[in-house]
Amino acid sequence: MGAAAKTAEPLDRFSLPDAAGHFGPYGGVFVPETLMTALEELGAAYAASKADPAFQTELRQQLRDYAGRPTPLYFAEQLTRHCGGARIYLKREDLLHTGAHKINNALGQALLARRMGKRRIIAETGAGQHGVATAAVCAKFGFECVIYMGAVDMERQALNVFRMRLMGAEVRGVEAGQKTLKEAINEAMRDWVTNVRTTHYILGTAYGAHPYPMMVRDFHRVIGLEAREQILAQEKRLPDELISCVGGGSNAIGLFFEFLEDLAVRLVGVEAGGRGIRPGEHAARFAGGRLGVLQGCKTFLLQNADGQIDQTHSVSAGLDYAAVGPEHAFYRDRGRIEFEYATDDEVLEVFRLCSRLEGIIPALESTHALAYAMKRARELGPDRVIVVNLSGRGDKDVQQVERMLKKQT
Amino acid sequence: MDRIAQAFARAGAQNRAAFVAYLCAGDPDFDTSLAACRTVLACGVDLLELGVPFSDPLADGLTNQLAAQRALAAGMTCARVFELVRALRSDHPDTPIVFYTYYNLVFTHGVDAYVRAARAAGVDGLLTLDLPPEEAGEVLAAGQAHDLKTVFIVAPTTPDSRIPKITAAATGFIYYVSREGVTGVRAEMAGGIPEAVTRIRAHTTLPVVVGFGISRREQVSQVARSADGVVVGSALVNCIQENLGHPARMAARLGAVASDLAAGTAR
Repeated sequence: MGAAAKTAEPLDRFSLPDAAGHFGPYGGVFVPETLMTALEELGAAYAASKADPAFQTELRQQLRDYAGRPTPLYFAEQLTRHCGGARIYLKREDLLHTGAHKINNALGQALLARRMGKRRIIAETGAGQHGVATAAVCAKFGFECVIYMGAVDMERQALNVFRMRLMGAEVRGVEAGQKTLKEAINEAMRDWVTNVRTTHYILGTAYGAHPYPMMVRDFHRVIGLEAREQILAQEKRLPDELISCVGGGSNAIGLFFEFLEDLAVRLVGVEAGGRGIRPGEHAARFAGGRLGVLQGCKTFLLQNADGQIDQTHSVSAGLDYAAVGPEHAFYRDRGRIEFEYATDDEVLEVFRLCSRLEGIIPALESTHALAYAMKRARELGPDRVIVVNLSGRGDKDVQQVERMLKKQT
Repeated sequence: MDRIAQAFARAGAQNRAAFVAYLCAGDPDFDTSLAACRTVLACGVDLLELGVPFSDPLADGLTNQLAAQRALAAGMTCARVFELVRALRSDHPDTPIVFYTYYNLVFTHGVDAYVRAARAAGVDGLLTLDLPPEEAGEVLAAGQAHDLKTVFIVAPTTPDSRIPKITAAATGFIYYVSREGVTGVRAEMAGGIPEAVTRIRAHTTLPVVVGFGISRREQVSQVARSADGVVVGSALVNCIQENLGHPARMAARLGAVASDLAAGTAR
């Protein structure tokens, strides 16, 4: 078991971040001066909403009636049998409205924007899931909505582009750099700097300047709260391992958070191994990165010796990003969250396997978690229990996978 | 007096604002960039703001993004940027040079080591776009240890209550960005500049320069009435972009634009 923490200090999951947004040496606020006041106001509004029972009640109702919570914790009998080891459960965030866990955060931040009187919303998106979730809540609340998306991602996730436009969002393609998630965030930040007085930026992952990593985490805590109750009801005990994919890390921290202090539960984040751990070929920040500062916070980054950000590659647009959420970096140092990676090839194989065996088409992002979980299940005995966060559904990926499989044969 | 203070004092004594020119180091390549810097320095520039090219310049508009891309594609590195400064120092011993950069480019080398190396190369000041005073402890300490001046930004969105925190961190000058947004040429000037400069001066004796969106002589003139310095960037970078591959034309155009803008600084 990898549960032994590297430090003897007792772990208090609510002690982080500090008032300035630091998770130990990670996190903080690294943005242009123009945004400083907006971030302070956002932090204050968020704190007030957190303490406001009316806000929390409305959020709970919206999560139930609009998003479809709670999501099931499903015993994947066929995958378990196929692996012949640990019992595999899937936390079915893929069943949520708009197709992924992203709606938890989008709803929360939309309610917050309404409270702050901001009626124009911007967001970045990689795979398109956060963009779709944001477009949906903007339609629902009557907000103007602009989504920034890399031109490469617009092509590989064309279906999601159409969905966003259908719901009234303006999707702006970003042609800079490698035309994926990182460039979309740059462009969203530029928009925010320009329109900060009227606009709220619904950042889509547990990343960026404080209060975003904390706030996004909190909006996704519901995943772990439900999973904990469900596994206790079904297995009468805590799971042995929780496994989630990690791009920025929002679905992972959402599942892990309620278990951080249960040191017997192993927590594993799975990054994108792409075509292998060579510069430009992957997005496994803990396998090839080091400490740096990008897009608002200090964290692990893929970068060259001079501090220029490396190109990344992953079959999944949602994990194709050079940096990782600061809270993950902190808990990795403590030995509390471990990190593995899955390669494109492994992911494609498991994408097909899960579809065939369970009748569930997983998002390519979530398939990274599943690929590692299946490997791990084989190593563990049948008395062990693994919970995988199936953070999104794969409808958006089928055309891309079809093209890739054709190329392979 | 240090080079930065001297430059503002000289301009003030001549009853004009200092002319601060921004160019991206290494745009479009090392040699052309060195020549471009020398051209503008010969045309009335008081302080050179050298953009250190970064892969992810999120405070910059398209003009400066493309300049950084050209510089990086031509092989610009941290070491080459220092080399550029040393080359400029050899014929411009008195002109202050300030880096306009992003924090990862400083942090990655170790803040203290970077600041020491920058100072040794002849850099006078450091403006780090994505480093608010709250996170600047290491840079302030290194700046003090190695006598490199710090420059911090005040924005239109900065409330009065925040200004003392910013002026306390700055040792070189204060940079007022005239509008919410990214760098780039704008047709219209932002309002409220004289009032903002007055608000800042209530908290500091350091010079206050104004930049972002200033590209024409009449805009320079207008800002020069209230500010200690006027920054022009994208209008100069455009002279490079529009004359790529034509060094003589590029130099002529840069010289003409810089001279025209410099003439606007008189009060």
